[in-house]
Amino acid sequence: MTIQSTLSDVGNLGLSTKVDRAAYLLGLLSLRSELPSELAGLQEIRDRAFSVVRDRAIPSTREEEWRFTDLSGLLQVQFQNSAPSEIGFPQIESFLLPESTNSRLVFVDGVYAPALSAVDDLPDGVLVGNLAAGVQLFPKLYEHLALHPGGEEIFTALNTASFTDGAIVRVSQNQAIASPIHLLFVSTQEALCHPRALVVAETGSSVTLVEEYVSLAEGAYFTNPVTEIWLGENAEVRHTRVQRDSVAAFHIGKTAVSQARDSRYDCTAVSLGGKLSRHHLEVYQTGEQTDTKLNGLTIVDGDRLGDTHSLIALSQPYGTANQVNKTIVSDRAHAVFNGKVFVPKAAQLTNAAQLSRNLLLSPKARVDTKPQLEITADNVKCAHGATVSQLEDDEVFYLQSRGIEADQARKLLTYAFAIEVIDRISVASLRHALTQLVRIQSA
Amino acid sequence: MSDVILSVKDLTAEVDGNPILKGFNLEIKAGEIHAIMGPNGSGKSTFSKILAGHPAYTVTGGEIVFQGQNLLELEPDERAKSGVFLAFQYPLEIPGVSNVDFLRVSYNAKRKHEGLDELDAFDFDEVVQSKLTLLKMDPSFLNRSVNEGFSGGEKKRNEILQMALLEPRLGILDEIDSGLDIDALKVVASSVNALKKPENATLIITHYQRLLNYITPDVVHVMAKGRILKSGGKELALELEAKGYDWVLDSQAVGA
Ligand SMILES: Nc1ncnc2c1ncn2[C@@H]1O[C@H](COP(=O)(O)OP(=O)(O)OP(=O)(O)O)[C@@H](O)[C@H]1O
Ligand SMILES: [Mg+2]
Repeated sequence: MTIQSTLSDVGNLGLSTKVDRAAYLLGLLSLRSELPSELAGLQEIRDRAFSVVRDRAIPSTREEEWRFTDLSGLLQVQFQNSAPSEIGFPQIESFLLPESTNSRLVFVDGVYAPALSAVDDLPDGVLVGNLAAGVQLFPKLYEHLALHPGGEEIFTALNTASFTDGAIVRVSQNQAIASPIHLLFVSTQEALCHPRALVVAETGSSVTLVEEYVSLAEGAYFTNPVTEIWLGENAEVRHTRVQRDSVAAFHIGKTAVSQARDSRYDCTAVSLGGKLSRHHLEVYQTGEQTDTKLNGLTIVDGDRLGDTHSLIALSQPYGTANQVNKTIVSDRAHAVFNGKVFVPKAAQLTNAAQLSRNLLLSPKARVDTKPQLEITADNVKCAHGATVSQLEDDEVFYLQSRGIEADQARKLLTYAFAIEVIDRISVASLRHALTQLVRIQSA
Repeated sequence: MSDVILSVKDLTAEVDGNPILKGFNLEIKAGEIHAIMGPNGSGKSTFSKILAGHPAYTVTGGEIVFQGQNLLELEPDERAKSGVFLAFQYPLEIPGVSNVDFLRVSYNAKRKHEGLDELDAFDFDEVVQSKLTLLKMDPSFLNRSVNEGFSGGEKKRNEILQMALLEPRLGILDEIDSGLDIDALKVVASSVNALKKPENATLIITHYQRLLNYITPDVVHVMAKGRILKSGGKELALELEAKGYDWVLDSQAVGA
C-alpha cells in the first residue's frame, strides 16, 4: 500500500550509475582496519564477506528491496578514518541506565571503551565483554558469529567484512540475569562504523538486552550495525533496540535472531533518529512451539526516512508470532514498512499475526507499507493488516468537548499512539527516558 | 429571577446531506432540569452533539444562544470551557491516554480559561479523589486508558466524573441511564443532584421514566423526526411510559 498525497520529490539516484555505486561501496570497504590478532579465527569469515561486497554496489531504488529507500544521499557523503573521540562519563551520563550499572558495554565510534563500560559482579555463567577479550573465555563464539541466514545482504556483509571488535553476551545454561545488559553505541563524529554484537542465550537461560545507538554530534555519520541473537531451547530474551542517532545520520542496521524450540523472543524496536534509517529485523524459528513478539515504533519528521524490513520465518509446528509495527510521520517525512512472515508447510498449528499501523500527521507525509504473509501450511491461524490514518476526528472531538484545544488534543493522541509501544519496555529508566523523548517529539 | 441559559430557535441540521433536525426549538432557564424523550432515531443525540460542536453535523438554519452568546461561533473546546458539557451516549475509548492525565489536562484547560492557576499532579489528585468518593468509583480507573475496556456502566460513571470535575453551567446527559443497574443509577442520579445549583441547568435525554424518579425534571419534551412535538411537566414522562409515543405522534399529525 502506498499512501502519498504529493509526488515524491526525492529520488535522484537514477543519476548515479552502477559504476559510481560500486566504487562508493569499495570506498567504504577500504576504510576497514586490520583484524586484531585475538580474532584471527575470524579471518575466513571476513574474507568471505569481503568477496561478497567487493563485486556489488550500493543498491538503487530499482531493486525491489530498496524501492522506497533511496540511498543517493549517502553517496554524497565521504568518510575518512579517524581515531575515536576521547570522551568521559560526563558526556554519556544521560544515557546510562541505573538498572545496568554493572552490566554495561560502551562503544565510541565503534571502538570498545573499557573505561566507560562496567561488567563487574556478573553472576557465574554470564559473560559480557568485548569480542576480542570474550573469544578467550568463550571459544564457541565461532559457532555462532556470522552464521545467520541473510548474511549476504549487502550491508550485513559490509559489517562482517569490516568489524574489528564488538560486544559479546553469553548467558550459560539455566542462568537468569536480572539486570538488563546495556549495549551503548555512541557516535561522536562524522565517521563510518560497524558495531557488532553477538548474544548467546543458552538452553533455559533468561536475559534482558538493551541495545542503544546515541549521538553526541549532529553530524552525517554512518552506523552500520549487526546484532546476532541465538536463543537455545526454552531460553528467553527480552530485547529493546533504540535508535536515537543524529537526525543527519545514516543508520542501516541488522538484527538476526535464531530461536530453538520453546524459546521466547520479545523485541521492542524504537527508531527516532537518522536522516535515513533502516532496520532489518529477521527472526528464524528453528524449533517447535517457539514464540516471537515484535513491536516497532518509528517516528520521522522533516524530510527524514525511517524504514523497517522484517522477516519472521516459522518452520516448525506450534510456533507463534505476533508483530505490531507503528510509524508516526509528519512534515515531508517518509516511513517504510515491509514485513514478511513465512509459514511453510511444516509449520502446522502455528499462529501468526501482523499489524502495521501508521499515523500521517501532515498532507505531505508518506508511508509505504507492505505486510507480506506467505503461507503454505494449511492448518494455521494467520492475520495481517495495515492501517494508515490521520487522527480520528471523533477522538479529537471527544477531547475537545472536554475543553482541550484541537492542537493539544492531536498531540495527546499522537503521544498515546506512540506510548503504547514504549510502555512495553520493562527497563523503567529507559521507559521513562523514551517517554520524555516521545512527549517532546509529539509536542 | 430566572435567566435563560440556552435558547434554540428553528434549528435545522444535516449530516452528509441528510436533514436530521427540522426546526428544533428549546429554551432552558437557570436552575431548571429538562428531559427530552422520543423514539430511536428522532435526533436527540444529534442535537446534543451539535450543542457540543461535533464536526460531522452541519447546521443549515436557526440559532443557538448560550448565555447570551452565539454558540455556533465557538470551537468545541471553547464551548466546553464556557460551560457546556455533554455526557456522551457512547463514550469513546482512547487507548494510550491515561484517564488521570486526560482529566487533569481537561480540568486545567478550564481553570486556565477562568484565569486560575493550573494544578499539578499532586494537587489535582486531591480534587479527583474527592469526586471519586462521591461517585463510588475505584481509584484504579484513573490509571487506565480513557474508557478502554470499561464496562458500559463504568464508562457512564466516567462521564459523570468528568462532569463533576468541570462543573458545567449546562450539563447534557445523553442516555446516562442506559445500561446502568439500579444501584449505579442511584449513584449517578445523586451526583447529578449534588451538582445542581440555582445558576446551572441540566438536560437529560432518556428513554426511561425510571431515571426521572431520581432526578425530577421541571419540563419534559417529546421529540420525534427532528422536532420537539410536545412539552409538559414531569407527569408527561409517566404518561409516555404508560402509553408510548404514538399518541403524541398521532395528535401531532392531526394538528399539523
Ligand atoms: N454521523 C452520522 N452519519 C449518518 N447518519 C447519522 C449520523 N448521526 C446520526 N445519524 C442519523 O440521524 C438520525 C438521528 O440519530 P440520533 O442518533 O440523533 O437519534 P437518537 O434520537 O439519539 O436515537 P436513539 O434514541 O436511538 O439514541 C438517525 O437516523 C441516524 O441514523
Ligand atoms: Mg441517541
